[in-house]
Amino acid sequence: MADTILNPVAEARGPRPKKAFSRANIFIYGTLLLVSVYYLLPLYVMIVTSFKGMPEIRLGNVFGPPLEPTFQPWVKAWAEACTGINCDGLSRGFSNSVKILIPSVTLSILIASVNGYALANWKFKGSETFFTILIIGAFIPYQTMLYPIVIMLREIKLMGSIWGLVLVHTVFGMPILTLLFRNYFTSIPDELFKAARVDGAGFWGIYFKIMLPMSLPIIVVAIILQVTGIWNDFLFGVIYTKPDTYPMTVQLNNIVNSVQGVKEYNVNMAATLLTGLVPLVIYFISGKLFVRGIAAGAVKG
Amino acid sequence: MATVSVKDLVLNFGAVKVLRDLNLNIPTGEFLVLLGASGSGKSTLLNCIAGLLDVTDGQIFIDDKNVTWSEPKDRGIGMVFQSYALYPQMTVKGNLSFGLKNAKLPKAEIEKRIERAASVLQIEPLLDRKPSALSGGQRQRVAIGRALVRDVDVFLFDEPLSNLDAKLRADLRVEIKRLHQRLKNTMIYVTHDQVEAMTLADRIAVMSQGIILQLDTPNVIYNRPANKYVAGFIGSPEMNFLDGSLSGAKADIFETDDKKIKLSGYTFSEQNRSSAQSAILGVRPEQVAVNDHAEAMPVTESVEVELVEPMGADTLVWSTFAKQPFRFRMEGTAIVSPGDKVKIGFDPAKASLFDTDTELRL
Amino acid sequence: MSATTEPSAARDPAPDGKPNPLFRNLSAKFASIPMIITALVVFVGGTIWTIVYSFTNSKLLPRTNFVGFDQYERLWSTRRWMVSIENLAIYGICSLILTLVIGFTLAALLDRKIRFENTFRTIFLYPFALSFIVTGLTWQWILNPDFGLQNVVRNWGWESFTFNPLNDPDTVIYGILIAGIWQGSGLIMCIMLAGLRGIDEDIWKAARVDGIGTVKTYLRIILPMMRPVIITSLVLIASGIIKLYDLVVAQTNGGPGIASEVPAKYVINYMFRAQNLGQGFAASTMMLLSVIIILIPWAYLEFGGRKRG
Repeated sequence: MADTILNPVAEARGPRPKKAFSRANIFIYGTLLLVSVYYLLPLYVMIVTSFKGMPEIRLGNVFGPPLEPTFQPWVKAWAEACTGINCDGLSRGFSNSVKILIPSVTLSILIASVNGYALANWKFKGSETFFTILIIGAFIPYQTMLYPIVIMLREIKLMGSIWGLVLVHTVFGMPILTLLFRNYFTSIPDELFKAARVDGAGFWGIYFKIMLPMSLPIIVVAIILQVTGIWNDFLFGVIYTKPDTYPMTVQLNNIVNSVQGVKEYNVNMAATLLTGLVPLVIYFISGKLFVRGIAAGAVKG
Repeated sequence: MATVSVKDLVLNFGAVKVLRDLNLNIPTGEFLVLLGASGSGKSTLLNCIAGLLDVTDGQIFIDDKNVTWSEPKDRGIGMVFQSYALYPQMTVKGNLSFGLKNAKLPKAEIEKRIERAASVLQIEPLLDRKPSALSGGQRQRVAIGRALVRDVDVFLFDEPLSNLDAKLRADLRVEIKRLHQRLKNTMIYVTHDQVEAMTLADRIAVMSQGIILQLDTPNVIYNRPANKYVAGFIGSPEMNFLDGSLSGAKADIFETDDKKIKLSGYTFSEQNRSSAQSAILGVRPEQVAVNDHAEAMPVTESVEVELVEPMGADTLVWSTFAKQPFRFRMEGTAIVSPGDKVKIGFDPAKASLFDTDTELRL
Repeated sequence: MSATTEPSAARDPAPDGKPNPLFRNLSAKFASIPMIITALVVFVGGTIWTIVYSFTNSKLLPRTNFVGFDQYERLWSTRRWMVSIENLAIYGICSLILTLVIGFTLAALLDRKIRFENTFRTIFLYPFALSFIVTGLTWQWILNPDFGLQNVVRNWGWESFTFNPLNDPDTVIYGILIAGIWQGSGLIMCIMLAGLRGIDEDIWKAARVDGIGTVKTYLRIILPMMRPVIITSLVLIASGIIKLYDLVVAQTNGGPGIASEVPAKYVINYMFRAQNLGQGFAASTMMLLSVIIILIPWAYLEFGGRKRG
C-alpha cells in the first residue's frame, strides 16, 4: 500500500480520448467543472465576505463580489477581535501557533528519523514489537489517552504550557513519522549501510554522515505533514493549553462562536482565512510533495 | 597458516537454518570463490566473515585472531558490494577516505593511500566526481578502491560484477584477476556465475542450503564433481543424467534401458558399491563426440535429432539416448535438422557416476 | 538481528569475547528510548489506565472506587450518548459511501489523460489542507439561513426555497456531512488516483483488445484490482469518522440542543466540562472498542493471509 501511496503523481495512464470534443470529453470536463464549483465555492465565499462591510452583508448576497471592498475586517480579525477578556485579535493565537509549531516540528522529526533509522538498520530484540505497538497506537482514538496525558503533563509541570503541547504533538506525530522514515531508510540499499560499517562508522556516524544527508526529500515531506497537521490541530490545543497559550485554531473558534455581541460575519471570515492561510500557502507551494506527505500521513487519519 | 578460517559456523534466522556447521580454511593469498544459487547461504557466509551478521554459533578467525565478535572495521577486511554501495553525497575521494578518516589516520597517510589506490585502478581523473556522474564500471572500480585503501589482508567481494552488462563484466573480471596476481591478498569472492568462479578461483566452494558441497580447484569441480548437484550446477549446457543401475561381478557395468555400458577406465571413488545398485551416469554435452569422432569412443550410438539450438561457435542438439533426453554439442558449422540421424559417442572414463539415493559420486 | 543466546555461551562467559546480547547495539537501544516510552507508557499505559478507571465513579479527580459496569449502564441510558451514536452512524455510513464514490469517480475522471489534471487535483484536494475548524466555520456561514445559500436562492425569486440543515435537529448531521465530505473526499481521490496509476497499463490494452468499454473496464476489471487501495481508504475514512469532533464544535457546537452531538465530543464534555471523569472514560473505552471492531477485520484482510515477507 505504501508503494502506490508514496507515488500518487505518476503519469496518467488511462487511454487518451481521441477527439477533443467527443461526448465522453464533454461529460468528463462538465462533471469536473461542476464538482470544482462545489470545492471552490466556500473559498470564494470566505474571500468575498471578508472584504465586505456589515451593511453589505445584511443585503444578503453571499455570492456577490464586494461592492465597496474594505480591509477593516482583516485588521479587526488580526488585531482587535475579542476572545474572553483579551481583545488583541488572532495575532496572539498566531504567535502561539508559531511558538508551538517550530519546536514540535523539529523535535518530532528529529526523534522519528532516529527511530526510523534504528528500526531499519539496527534491529534489536523487541524493536519490531515496539514499532508495532507504536503503529497500533496511531489507530487508538485520542480520547482514550487524553486524560492520562493530562496527569503525565501535570507530573512534569508542563500542563497548560506551550512545551507540554510540543511534547504531545511529538508523541502523536511519532507513529506516522517513524513509519515514514523507517520505510525510507529501508528503501536505501542495505549494502550502503554495510559498507559504512566496514568503513568503521558507528550508529551516530552512519546516521549523521550517510543517512541524514540522503534523507532530504523525506524530511521535506515530514515537514509538510507536521506543519499542516500541527497548525490545524484543535483538540490538543483546547485541552492542553490555557487561554494565554491557545493556538490559532482554538482562538479562531472562540472568536467566531462566542455568544456575546453582534456577529460580525466579515471579521469571522477574515479570521477563518487568516487561520487557513499557513496550510494553504504550504499546500500551493509544495504541490506534489504535499500530496506525498498527506498520502503518507493519511494513515494518521 | 590460514588467513581466514571458519569453525563450526552456524547461523539461524529464527527457525530457518541458513548456515549449518560450516568449516572452511583459506590459506594466505588464495582466491576462493563461494559459488551457489540464490539462497544457498554464500552471501550470508561472507557477511558473517565481514562481521555484518551475528553468528548463532561457531568461530571465525582472521590471521589466527578470533574475530567472531569483533566489529567489521577491526577485522582487517575490505569489502566490495554488488550495488557498489558508494556514498552518493560524497565525491570519489570522499568515498575512499571515509573509512580512513573514521580510523583517524593522519592526513598525509590518507592522501598517500588514495593516490596509490587511484593509480592502481586508473581512477585518478574521477577523484572529484560524485558517484552519480560515474558509469557502472567506474563505480565498481571506486568500490574496489575503497577496499584497497584500507590496506588489509583480506578482500571480500559480494557478487561485485552482477550489476554490470556482459562485456564490462568480462573486462572487470580480468582486472580483478590481475589485481589479485599483483597484490597477492586473500580474496573471498561470492558469485552465482560459474564462468566467474571457474576463471577467477584458486579454489571453488560450491554451496547449497547452507552447506559446502564441494571445495576444490575448478578443474576437479568440473571434471570430478562430488555429487549430482555440483555436476548439474557447473557446466553449461547442463550435464546429461542417465538413470540406470550397476551390474556385473565388479559392479562396473552401467545398465540403462537395454544398453550396457562398461565403465572401463572410470576411477571409482566409492569402493562399497554393489551390483544391482541403482545409479546415475552423468555425461557432459561437450564431452560427446559426433560422427567421425564418435567412432573412436568406447560407447557409440546412432540417435535422431529432435531440436537444434545454434549458438554461433557451436550448436546444441537435443535427442534421446536410452529413452532419456540427451543433449550434445556439435560444431557451429554443422548443418543438422530435426529428423536427421547422427552418430554419437562418449568415453565413460570421463563421465561421472552417482548413487541414485545419496546423489554422491561413486 | 541479535544473536540468540546459546547454552554453551551462557555457561562459559565469553570464551571468544561473545558479548552480552543486552549490550549489543547499545546506541540503537539508547536512541529508541523515546519511541519505547511513547509506545509503552503513553499508548499502552494510557489506554489501560483509561479502561481501568472507566470502572470507577471518578468525578472531578480520578479515584479508585470501583463500581463495576455502572458507568457503562449510565452511558447507554443517557439520551445524549444515544443521540451521539445515532449521529455517528448516520454520518459514518453516508460519508463512507459518498466519499468512496466521489473519490473513485473523480480519480477515474482525472485518470482519463485530461488536460489541466494538476489544476483539478489541486482544487479537489485543497480543503484537506485546512483545519476542521476553518471548514466548519466556513460552511456554517454558507448554510446560514439569513445570509447564506438559502437567502441567495430566495432573492433569485424562489421564495419558498428552504435549505437550512444546521437549524433543524433532524437534518443538522447532514449539514455537517456536506462539510465533512468537502474536506475529506480529495484525499480519497488522491489515494484512488495513486491506485489507478499503479495498475499495469497492459490491463488497459488487454481490455481494449477484448473490446470492453471504458466504464465496464473500470467497474469490472479495475475496481476489483484496487481492493488493497479501497481497503486502505475505508480504514482512513472510518478512523476519521470516529475522531469526528472539531468539525462539529466549529459548525454547530452540538446544537441545536444536543441534536448534533458525537461520541468524541461527549467524551471531552464529560472529562473536561461536566467533571464526570468516569463517564468520559467509559465513553472513550466504547470508542476504543468500536475502533477495534473496525480494525481487526482490516488487519485480518491486510496481514492475515500472508505472513510477513
